[in-house]
Amino acid sequence: MNSMFNRAAVAAAALSFASAPAFAQSIDQKINDAFAGSTGWFVSFIFSPFPGTSFPWIVAWLVIAATVFTLYFGLIQLKGFSHAISLVKGDYSDPNDAGEVSHFQALATALSGTVGLGNIAGVAVAISIGGPGATFWMILAGLMGMASKFTECTLGVKYRNEYPDGTVSGGPMYYLTKGFAERGLPGGKILAVMFSVFCILGALGGGNMFQANQAHAQITNVVGDYPGVITGVIFAVVVFAVIVGGLKSIARVTEKVVPFMAIVYVVTALVILAINFDKIGWAFGQIFEGAFTGLGVAGGMVGALIQGFKRAAFSSEAGVGFAAIAHSAVRTKEPITEGYVSLLEPFIDTVVICTMTALVIIITGQLMIDPATGNYLLNEAGSAIATVDGNGGVALTSAAFSSAFGGFKYILALAVILFAFSTMISWSYYGLKAWTFLFGESNGSQLFFKVLFCVFVVIGASASLGPVIDFSDAAIFAMAVVNVFGLYFLMPIVKRELQGYLDRLKSGEIKKFGTPAE
Amino acid sequence: MSEKFAVGFDGSDAAKRALEFAIGRAKAQGGSVVLIHVLEWSPYSFLTPSELEERHKRRQEELDRAETALMKPVLKEIKDSGVSVETIIKYGHIADTLNEVAGANGATQIVIGRNGHSNLSSRVFGSVAGSLVQTSSVPCTIVP
Repeated sequence: MNSMFNRAAVAAAALSFASAPAFAQSIDQKINDAFAGSTGWFVSFIFSPFPGTSFPWIVAWLVIAATVFTLYFGLIQLKGFSHAISLVKGDYSDPNDAGEVSHFQALATALSGTVGLGNIAGVAVAISIGGPGATFWMILAGLMGMASKFTECTLGVKYRNEYPDGTVSGGPMYYLTKGFAERGLPGGKILAVMFSVFCILGALGGGNMFQANQAHAQITNVVGDYPGVITGVIFAVVVFAVIVGGLKSIARVTEKVVPFMAIVYVVTALVILAINFDKIGWAFGQIFEGAFTGLGVAGGMVGALIQGFKRAAFSSEAGVGFAAIAHSAVRTKEPITEGYVSLLEPFIDTVVICTMTALVIIITGQLMIDPATGNYLLNEAGSAIATVDGNGGVALTSAAFSSAFGGFKYILALAVILFAFSTMISWSYYGLKAWTFLFGESNGSQLFFKVLFCVFVVIGASASLGPVIDFSDAAIFAMAVVNVFGLYFLMPIVKRELQGYLDRLKSGEIKKFGTPAE
Repeated sequence: MSEKFAVGFDGSDAAKRALEFAIGRAKAQGGSVVLIHVLEWSPYSFLTPSELEERHKRRQEELDRAETALMKPVLKEIKDSGVSVETIIKYGHIADTLNEVAGANGATQIVIGRNGHSNLSSRVFGSVAGSLVQTSSVPCTIVP
């Protein structure tokens, strides 16, 4: 009854927004309140701190996991880095396999699901709450997260399902089930089901609502304020056309434009850094000092650390398990090779792109500093650092880039819309994989999920930043709880794969093919 | 040593002329023909997640289609003419792959058709014939 009312209201608002903006605004507010009310308990559980501290247990969970994997695999992210590049270049690919999914393609597709608003808007949120010091912890977590990604993507390829018709399906739900069974451990199936449930929530949250929400924020930043439901309905229609209507051409165009936009983004950031090269030393000083003192932010050093770790985890999704779904489609006889390649994903996403965003925000002086103490000034609520124009989220990044290049906000708006769209398409696929794992492959069940996905696009665009970002973070971290737990039990399998591969690499049994096919 | 003609074949009229030329030469000199079809492919292109999932299946379909729709019809004609022939279907950059496959199969000549682009597009994007002439490791004949 209530949902029917909302649907009718949404449609009415979309049709008559020009004449009744106030009415639509109140609908936004209603959706927002209902959303915050119904998801609040979940968010507080996931982010509940250790008793007597302000340190959320989930952050410790991920950092400990990344540290364990880093040590267990002997700093694989450093030792394996050049081998990973070699694999992506195709040095070890059999030319007779040309036409199959290459390492590069698996990596690029996984990246287009990860590189998105987390890199632009998420970093801005982290910097404004945790200060420049959050950048330090974000980079550190990104580097450590490379080992988590290595572990899960190796397993993703090793335990994927290959169907008689030649299609493949992989991901945590498969390695949890099959890997646990292989080791004779109970409970793999339960973990797989739990993962799938959280995966669906994560797909609807971070992969959908957060994207729609920030895309709307970015559009209003350029064209002026208007109700979010309108953006939501437009996005939902296009997403619907692609995932239900099978309009592959739209998806294909986005897949090709997104990497281009990512390059434009990084190059622009580098140009801004080059223009302000005299401040780079100062910016890194702020990052290091802030990392250990907080420089006046709420929560001090721990506040900076939590924000940095959160953003790295949310952006790179290392330990969350999503990426293993995309990586598992690669054509290779050695599952460990995709593990190596996946190392590069948190590196490109977090260590390169997120750090660019952070540096540009810091260097262009968006954060207000108290000249007397050298500490950052907090806003009126005391929850975040005051910014020059009072911006937060993607608007802050936009302001930072535009302060160097006036017209950049238009390019950024386009980039954000495309990133949001490609991320939605990727995650609709990941969510669907979890959905079909739970509810079967029937057309009806697939259609139900796809329609549900589109409905959440509208909700996401309408809700205000706070509840959406909290819920999407919580859903994604919940996946990490299950996935990392499983990875601890399965990591000896990865170790065995790694040892066997390294031995054969050393003995020359595995060697580079003459000249890589262009 | 008898001549082995590697023919780049894509089913076009120009490719058919190239094939006829090669057959004529092979007959006269007692040589053989390797019919090569290259499916344009870059390992550095971008695909969506569902395209990744189906890639292996699609590749098989594409290979089957090339075999039945392209190679089969001309294979009979060549065999009837009494020249021995083998067929190869590969993925890759067309000129580079032709050259590689020809070398790997001991071809002594490469024969391709001229697709007739002399306009702006081939100036900008280059042409298969142009790049093959530059890179070929064996003599290369372009049949107009």
